Amino acid sequence: MITKEIAQKLTAVVGNENYQDSKAGRLVYSYDATPNFQSLPDAIISPRNTKEIAEVVKICNEYGVPIVPRGSGTNLCGGTCPTEGGIVLLFKHLNKILEIDEENLTVTLQPGVITFDLIQAVEAKGLFYPPDPGSMKISTMGGNINENSGGLRGLKYGVTRDYVMALEIVLANGDIIRTGGKLAKDVAGYDFTRLFVGSEGTLGIITEATLKLIPIPETKKTMLALYQSLEAAAKSVSKIIASKIIPATLEFIDQPTLEVIEAYAQIGLPTDVKAVLLIEQDGPPEIVERDMLKMEEICKQEQAVSVQVAKSEEEAEALRTARRTALSALARLSPTTILEDATVPRSEISKMVNAINDIAEKYNLKICTFGHAGDGNLHPTCPTDARNHEEMERVEQAFAEIFEKAIELGGTITGEHGVGVMKAPYLEWKLGREGIAAMKAVKTALDPNNVMNPGKVFAKDSRKRVVVSK
Amino acid sequence: MTTVKEQEAIQKQFQERMDENELLNCMRCGFCLPSCPTYIESGFNESHSPRGRIALMKAVVDGVIEPDEDVEHSLNLCLGCRACEPVCPSGVKYGHLLEEARDIINQNKKHSLPVRTVRKAVFNGLFPHQNRMRTITGLLGFYQRSGLQNAARKTGIMKLLPDNLATMEKILPAVPTMKEMRDRPEHLPAQGPKTKKVAFFTGCLMDTMFLETNNATMKLLQLAGCEIVIPKSQSCCGALHGHSGEKATAKEMAKRNIQAFEDLDVDYIITNAGGCGAFLIDYDHLLKDDKLWKERAIEFKDKLKDITEILVEVDFHKNINLRLPHQIITYQDSCHLRNVMKTASAPRKLMQAIEGIDYREMKDADRCCGSAGIYNIVESEMSMQILDYKMEQAKATHATTIVTANPGCLLQMKLGMEREGLSSHARAVHIVDLLLEATGEEAVIK
Repeated sequence: MITKEIAQKLTAVVGNENYQDSKAGRLVYSYDATPNFQSLPDAIISPRNTKEIAEVVKICNEYGVPIVPRGSGTNLCGGTCPTEGGIVLLFKHLNKILEIDEENLTVTLQPGVITFDLIQAVEAKGLFYPPDPGSMKISTMGGNINENSGGLRGLKYGVTRDYVMALEIVLANGDIIRTGGKLAKDVAGYDFTRLFVGSEGTLGIITEATLKLIPIPETKKTMLALYQSLEAAAKSVSKIIASKIIPATLEFIDQPTLEVIEAYAQIGLPTDVKAVLLIEQDGPPEIVERDMLKMEEICKQEQAVSVQVAKSEEEAEALRTARRTALSALARLSPTTILEDATVPRSEISKMVNAINDIAEKYNLKICTFGHAGDGNLHPTCPTDARNHEEMERVEQAFAEIFEKAIELGGTITGEHGVGVMKAPYLEWKLGREGIAAMKAVKTALDPNNVMNPGKVFAKDSRKRVVVSK
Repeated sequence: MTTVKEQEAIQKQFQERMDENELLNCMRCGFCLPSCPTYIESGFNESHSPRGRIALMKAVVDGVIEPDEDVEHSLNLCLGCRACEPVCPSGVKYGHLLEEARDIINQNKKHSLPVRTVRKAVFNGLFPHQNRMRTITGLLGFYQRSGLQNAARKTGIMKLLPDNLATMEKILPAVPTMKEMRDRPEHLPAQGPKTKKVAFFTGCLMDTMFLETNNATMKLLQLAGCEIVIPKSQSCCGALHGHSGEKATAKEMAKRNIQAFEDLDVDYIITNAGGCGAFLIDYDHLLKDDKLWKERAIEFKDKLKDITEILVEVDFHKNINLRLPHQIITYQDSCHLRNVMKTASAPRKLMQAIEGIDYREMKDADRCCGSAGIYNIVESEMSMQILDYKMEQAKATHATTIVTANPGCLLQMKLGMEREGLSSHARAVHIVDLLLEATGEEAVIK
């Protein structure tokens, strides 16, 4: 609850025009891209600078008002859904790229910068920022850092975490701290930079970041390998990596997903095969050429029915863009689309694909699977209808079993979407009770009044583990 | 002000009439956000995004919020450009949702007497009647030709109008005479070997204020080898009504047009205004509750094609020598032509085929110019903000000719050029006028 007194104090900091508490204004910040989560905040606030953020945080901390930092609201774990009310904090005034440092190969920016704008700005200078989440044209860098976003290039280049060098953070008590620096080496104290990356807004507000850049690869090639068996496609993935090739992209798409993507994108994707792999390699031309040939050979050995190399960059970009729309395109199939991102070690990918299919059959559900196969990061997606409670129950059971299986294979409940509120009940499965306790200790130390995005990461109750029939 | 009683009525109708499946089809991924001009220009305000507007509509249906003034403002500020539709992977029909919501609000809201009078006069009294459209355009012609225009400008009376309207008065085209507007052909032969038989949808404004452009269109069709039928019983497409919450009148006009073009035995029905085309192509949705009319509407829409599409199809640009004095040309997409009619490459192909020109694509050519029917009058602040951005992009190309494919966009471009002081050395033209100029022919049709 925001009393009149608190509202007055907040508007005194940011100005009336940056404080909004109308019903419609609150409604449109009551959700993110996660299905089935909606909760009205009490107000929306858009501070103009770090100092104002610190002031706002101090007031909220004093009165126990929850703060939910929000970029573009594209996350898939309910991370920016204000489940406990409070204020939604926007970064529309903090949206500048502050510096591209071509000597140190870094970029310093504010959290409101759109990921794609950053990528374009650095590429114009011949530099490369690899993390490319599916929502990169919409998402903000603040969101990417808080969620530790992945993307299609994760296999070779890593994820957001691997590029964050320094942060400016407003802590719950209003202190402003700076972590890291433009440094290749830095062991001065705890690695707070890494701690805050992926902290989902539960520890503090990130107000500035310095990111690592690398030289842009000289060339890139893209191909599609077509399979009549899911397992054959999955086996190709493990075999490519076992052959000591690290492709830039190694994406898996099954037939139902191909069908919906093609219905939207209309770029001539094959819909008469059971699965495809979207494979890319970048780097010096001779190495790209060599790797592509080798991978083509492996795919064919593993029963690929055909391998098609993209003839132009336009064609390649169309394939990548189409892949990025997979989730939203799947939303065509049904009113509700539930997606997960269970992740396993790369070597276990074919076991996981098979397990997902068995589980779908067991619970009599349609589950479409696509994802970053090369990262062991799959996105089993279930088209369903939230109004059908009986089916939703089965969906939940099926996904619980998928999580269980992933953990059994040495994997995790979420590879890149985050825990948020959606996966909080399952976190203990991965971390154990002691792991949760250690994480909670960090949270309590930094945010004793629990105002920083409360209700996220840690669930009130853990789900009971299902017993997987073996 | 919307009274509590009005709000209750609106809410009830939302629950009865809004398509729940379509609302649920939006999975809130946000892929629409970067395509939405009002989201961008409002400083990324979710209330002014397609995702936000759908969430508001759904919340009204679900009873989570009341359809208060903020909700209404959010829906009013939407341009209806539908740029969110082609980028929506889930295929949400946003335009249909918006139209329904606006219709419900309008039907249940008591407008003030002056607003009601004007709406009634314009929507029911004027646009559905082509003879009255001619009369009012004729009056404008009288104003322009009689010396009244000069007099009015000299007296400074224009200064009494809001800035926009005063500028708009300046950019209106010189309109044709009453006689020119009355003597319209009903049938025109092809010139040279016949390739297609087509019917021409003339439109209300296009056949009065932009009559020259209609003549040019027919001339191009003739040159392309098309035999043309122009049914007299056709009327305004109804877009203005549909977009302003006057659905019932729009339906009547749709039926009239379907009837007018049925049984003509033509290959295509040709339009030259993106705004009309997009409304015509949605007739099957407009009439979806009437099975028989819906089927007739589908037959109608299947034949619909923009002038640029048919010209490309019959290789007009390869068969006819197109040449212009050297100039830099850029193109502003008509949103409805691009997003609803899905015509984007044909106009570009045609322009690029003209010898002597330097075609330069402007940044965000696919972003709305802010014209959007009567939007530039009723939401002029946002409209001008959007237009300023557009002009910046146009200027960056150094173009001296800005080409459009819809009368509203054309006027808005002229307005933008006037505001930027570009009118003296640059021009805005409809693509068919440019193409005709490039053929070296005159817009004389017989």
